Amino acid sequence: MGVEITTTRLENAASWAKQSKLDRATNWGRKFSLFTYPFVTACCGMEFMSVAGPKYDIARFGAEFPRFSPRQSDLLMIVGTITEKQGPALKRVFDQMAEPKWVIAFGVCASTGGFYQNYHAMPGADQVIPVDVFIPGCPPRPEQVLDALIMLMDRIQSGRGHSQLRTKREQLIAEAATNE
Amino acid sequence: MSAKVLDALKASHGSAIESLETQHGDEIAWIKRDQLLAVATWLKDNPAMAFDAPVFSTCIDRLDWKPVDVPPGPPVYPASAPWTDDGTKARFEVVWQLRSTLHRHRLRLKCAVPEHDARVPSLATLWPAFNWQERETFDMYGIKFDGHPDLRRIYLYEEFVGYPLRKDYPKEKRQPLVRRDDLPINPIKTETGGH
Repeated sequence: MGVEITTTRLENAASWAKQSKLDRATNWGRKFSLFTYPFVTACCGMEFMSVAGPKYDIARFGAEFPRFSPRQSDLLMIVGTITEKQGPALKRVFDQMAEPKWVIAFGVCASTGGFYQNYHAMPGADQVIPVDVFIPGCPPRPEQVLDALIMLMDRIQSGRGHSQLRTKREQLIAEAATNE
Repeated sequence: MSAKVLDALKASHGSAIESLETQHGDEIAWIKRDQLLAVATWLKDNPAMAFDAPVFSTCIDRLDWKPVDVPPGPPVYPASAPWTDDGTKARFEVVWQLRSTLHRHRLRLKCAVPEHDARVPSLATLWPAFNWQERETFDMYGIKFDGHPDLRRIYLYEEFVGYPLRKDYPKEKRQPLVRRDDLPINPIKTETGGH
């Protein structure tokens, strides 16, 4: 495609920040109805369950409903170590999700590879797919997960998620092409 | 108790034995590679032995291995080690642990394998539970098991080059299958020049 996904080179920062009222309303709706796809590969899954359970209750933020199909979900939770062998599967799951979509890397293994530095572990899920929020911890406390979720919600509201930025960038490039 | 097993093994297959030892109460028999299958068949079928329960199978890489309390220097192999069939020092020990639920005795079979000819007879035909274990040993150490019904990699992918649990495999070397195109350093692109 030739479109760079990086968000650092903005031709026109103002046009990126500009949001119509419709955008704001849509993003408001999106941030309170995240459908999670739990890509649970390792022990962090236990901690993920406690976040979803009644004590910490991720339902307060509208993200309680796991869909076990990537086609019906818009938040990919990578929970646990990603091995090199799993890389293609993870990428495929991500590609199957409909836009807009967001990704949270849950725990150090998903974020950086954690204490693995060897032949089988991938040094962070962002080697394969763009990740919006990283949660450190081995495993993270449930409060950290909720904090990350609030952070992601802020980002969704302001249109700064990876996939939102990508869409926006494509729009701007298309506009620039038509203006010429 | 199971010293009886070693005695019986010595009596019936004395020529196949490299050496016998006992470690922490476990009996260990070093078997010559070309007679391993005959010994194992006898251990399984003889009613006095009746080893019906395979416990595990694995491999040990003795590259640069030294016993404790040995001064630094070139690697020293124990003088008692029963290496090997062709005069060179064997690098690998392939291990099978057997147990008899009938007689309640145990035996560990070991086979010394040199690096340039890393193959041993497979015991998966006698004890099918060794099938996946020997595949794992092949996957991690590159030991070829002759007569194995399905010798493929079991944990790693077919594209993987080398055997990661060998001591000379670089311990941080990764062989990625997929990477993001926009990564600053995309190892797949740098290695293959795009895909």
